[in-house]
Parts: sequence; structure tokens; C-alpha cells
Amino acid sequence: MSDLDSLYQDVILDHAKRKLNAGLREPFEAEVHHVNPTCGDEVTLRVHLDGEGPDATVADISYDALGCSISTSAASVMTDLLIGRTLSEADTVVQEFLAMMRGKGQYEPDEDVLEDAVAFQGTARLSARVKCALLSWMAYQDAVTRAQEDS
Amino acid sequence: MIQGLLPDLAVVRKDFPILERTLAGGVPLVYLDSANTSQKPQVVIDAMVDHLERHNANIARAMHQLGAESTAAFEEARDKVAAFIGAPSRDEVIFTKNASEALNLVANVLTWAEGSLRPGPGDRVVITEMEHHSNIVPWQLLTQRTGAELAWFGLTDEGHLDLSRVDELIDERTKVVAFTWVSNMLGTINPVAELTRRAHEIGAIVVVDASQAAPQLPIDLAAMPEAERPDVVVFTGHKVVGPTGIGVLWGRGDLLSQLPPFLGGGEMIETVRMERSTYAGIPHRFEAGTPPIVEAVGLGAAVEYLAAVGLEDIRRHEHAITEYALEGLASVPGLHVIGPKVAEERGGAISFELDGVHPHDIAQVLDSRGVAVRAGHHCAKPAHARFGVQSSTRMSSYLYTTPAEIDALIDALNYTRSYFKVG
Ligand SMILES: Cc1ncc(COP(=O)(O)O)c(C=O)c1O
Repeated sequence: MSDLDSLYQDVILDHAKRKLNAGLREPFEAEVHHVNPTCGDEVTLRVHLDGEGPDATVADISYDALGCSISTSAASVMTDLLIGRTLSEADTVVQEFLAMMRGKGQYEPDEDVLEDAVAFQGTARLSARVKCALLSWMAYQDAVTRAQEDS
Repeated sequence: MIQGLLPDLAVVRKDFPILERTLAGGVPLVYLDSANTSQKPQVVIDAMVDHLERHNANIARAMHQLGAESTAAFEEARDKVAAFIGAPSRDEVIFTKNASEALNLVANVLTWAEGSLRPGPGDRVVITEMEHHSNIVPWQLLTQRTGAELAWFGLTDEGHLDLSRVDELIDERTKVVAFTWVSNMLGTINPVAELTRRAHEIGAIVVVDASQAAPQLPIDLAAMPEAERPDVVVFTGHKVVGPTGIGVLWGRGDLLSQLPPFLGGGEMIETVRMERSTYAGIPHRFEAGTPPIVEAVGLGAAVEYLAAVGLEDIRRHEHAITEYALEGLASVPGLHVIGPKVAEERGGAISFELDGVHPHDIAQVLDSRGVAVRAGHHCAKPAHARFGVQSSTRMSSYLYTTPAEIDALIDALNYTRSYFKVG
């Protein structure tokens, strides 16, 4: 596979088109706005938690993302993976994704944990694009922290 | 046959060793990001290496032969830069770190100035919506610190300054008018003489960001009528085939002499006592500490190189390439150029959008074919916002750009459309 094809895997292009769970919805406990200052990509993201502590369920993640296919598909894949899980299950997925994205393509991701998100292994090799893939994931982490602070 | 190209284009290209490079997959480099930073000719590289190998010493304070050679080389670079922009006096040329530092220098010393030079409450500083962030933020800081009002020229849909409000913006309350000569995003060439004349009529100081102009337009400050000559002109070394780490501030001597120092330190003083110091005259007054010596030597070689090729010829070349590129870009379905559509009104940076593909994704596919462009907001977020876009893709040519490279860009853009299955 060429570098280009390993970056733009069908899964990624497909998510960039379908934008699962896109749009901002109620209810939510926290809303955050994250920007990638170098390219200007932006995401506004809301989380809605059901319950308290690590067993709370991620009942909804809604978002409005402006950006390249990598950043928008990353938001779509993430919401698809995390909605409906408990916070601690979600955190396992997030940590695995971060480890892969920081692994410069060397990290062997657990496909059972990451599912569609393993497609971003090709992005992890391109240091310039890692931030695109991480934008919405970092926003999610931030939103969860804030939701918990406020509750 | 395209008219206006540099007659010795093949020879010029040989001067730039990096242009022979190939990239991943063995594809040749097509460098179309010169508005971001230009490539360096061998003479610049050699001048810097020679200085480091044979003449290195600190300047102005070393009482030995190397010190004398290094000082001479540094001051000779100032002469070359002065000649490059036709500075009325070589002492009006101040070396800074880059254009951003030069603009911050002016905005800061005006903030710290005493008397009528300092903008205050009730006064106005005027900029434009097409500025690089480096010519916006320093003025925001100044107005926040002094209580002066910040106002700006808006843009027309074609990407020109909207001068319809000129009488409102430039009146007796206006203390400073700061604007770019050539836009790094829209490519627009602004009417420097006309705006400067208006500003001078009411006694405002005119600061011109020539970062994109100095590389491609002949500048002869001494030849400009005084009423139309800006008071301060800045540019950055790395866009005029020089190294990074050095910028230039030219300022009218009697203005600079009235302004307080920027940074304090070695070399900018006349004498220092524990209670207080007195300061050196220009240019040293604004050059505290050990300056970028080898960078200055490189910049001197760079502007000498450009002058030898000839700025008129470079301008004609840029114009020819820009015209050819605008034609090629117009042939790509779904592609929209942001900014003037005719080469006469613009410089060699062309920003565009391609329906259905984000600039980052365009740049990525182009890069896989060796075509280097810039994608993003190009440090001009307000100008992007004005045209309702968050980011764009920008191609920018220079004296070494060939029509074949523009063809490679257009091919790669068509390939990008098919890769992402748009249209
Ligand atoms: C119009 C304009 N002004 C200012 C700058 C800032 O130059 P530097 O980053 O070298 O300070 C640039 C280049 O990025 C520019 O294009």
C-alpha cells in the first residue's frame, strides 16, 4: 500500500463522508471547543454522561467539526466507538488510541480495542497529521474532565 | 511560448542545489511554497560557510584581526541591504531576528515613546484585514496598552483594500497606518504610494510590511517622493533567498532617532553607569546583544544575488508564472481562487479552494507527488474569515519556478479530485 493509501484508508474516507453522530445535541454536561492552531481545524464537542464515577455511561458525544478528512473522520470513529460504553471502558479505548498515535507507526495496536480506529495507524506515521487525528479525542478527554468537575 | 520568463531560468535553477533533490519514491521536488520560505542559492550557503570557516569572531568588540574581518563583513551586509532597498542612509537599516520582530520593535517603541509619537486614548492605529498575524497582533498589543483605538480597512470581494472609508479611517486622530505591501494570502499588491500620501497629509506614521514585496518587487526608497515614502519598511531574510534568523527594519532616520530603545544590552549603549545609561545612535541603538552575524553575511549575499539576477526581471518572471498558474488553476473543475484573478494586480502567492477536498488533504496528495504547497490559514485568519473560509491551499512561485512545475501542480490537483472522487 502506498503511504497515501495507508493514510486515506477506505474506513477513514468513509467516516469523513458519513460523519457519524455529528451535530450538537442536548442534553450535555460539558461543552468544549478545541482548535489546532497550526491549521485552524476546530471542533466543538459535548458529552452527556449517565451516572457517576467510572461506571457512568457515555450516553452521548455530539460535535461540530471543521477540518480535514483525518480530523473529521477521527471524530466520527471516536463517537461510534465510545458512545454507550462506561467511562472506564471508554478510557481504555482512548489510551490505546493515544498510544498508537504517539507510536510513530511502531506501536502494535490492539485491534479488538480500537476496531475501526486502527485505520489511523497510517496517520501515526505522518507526524504532521497526528494532531489532526487527535483533535476530537483530546476534546473528548477535556469534556469528560469538565463534566466530572462540575458534577 | 510564455513571455517574460527569466532568460537564464535553467542557469538560475542550477544555483539552488535543493531543487535537484528527489523525495520519497524518487519523485522530483516541485517547490511551490516560496512565500513561506524561499530556497537558498549556493552563493548564500558558501558565504555563510566561508564566514564560519575563516572569519568567525564577535563583532565590534574584538580587538583582533578576525574581529575586524567579522565586523567588516557584518557592516558590509548592512550596505548591501541598504542598496537593495535604496535606503537613503545605510544607518537606517536595522537588523532584527525576522519581520515579526521588526514589527514588534516598531509597535513597542511607539508604545514607550514620549510625547506625540505615542498613540494614546482618542488616537487611532489603522491596519487592514489582509495582514499577516505579525502585523496585527503587535498593534492589538499597542492599542490595548495605550488606550488608542484599533481600526482597519476591510476588503472588497475581489480581494483589494476597500478604500471607500479612507477619509473616516485616516483623519487627524490617526497616528499610525500599518499595512502590507503584498498580501501573503490574497497576493494583492497594495497602493503604497497613495496610502502613504494620505497618511502623511495628516501626519501619521506609515509602517509597511514588505515581507512578500521585497522578494519580488524592485524597491527604491530613495527614489520615492518623500510624501509617498513610508516611514518604516520591514522584511524578513528567509523570503529573499537569505537565511532564517535575520530580518530588516528600515526606518526614517529622524524618526528612529526620536524613539526609545527596544531591547537593552551590549552594543546598544553609549555609556552605562549603575544608575542609568545613555544609548548609541542608530542603527546600533536597536541592536542589543550579539547580532545574527553569519545570517547577516548570508542575507548580504542573498540580496546581492537577487540584484545580480535583476529585480525587474524577477518581477516579470513572477508575473509570467502567476499568469500561467492562474490559467491552469482556472481549468481545474471546482477550484476557486481567493483574491485578484488577474496577474497584474497580484504577487506570486495564489490561495485557492477546491470543492469537496480540505486543504490539508490536498496538500497531502500533492506532497505524495513531490509538489510542496502550504495548506492552512497562512497566518492570515482574519483574511480567511473575510472570505468565509477556514483555511485554503496556497501555491507560491519564485525566480526558480518553471511552467513545467505549474503543469505538475495542475496535474496533481486533477489527480487529487479523482483520488477523493469529487466531481
Ligand atoms: C506578509 C508577511 N508578513 C510577515 C511575515 C512574518 O515573517 P517572519 O515569520 O519571518 O517574521 C510573513 C511571513 O510569514 C509574511 O508573509
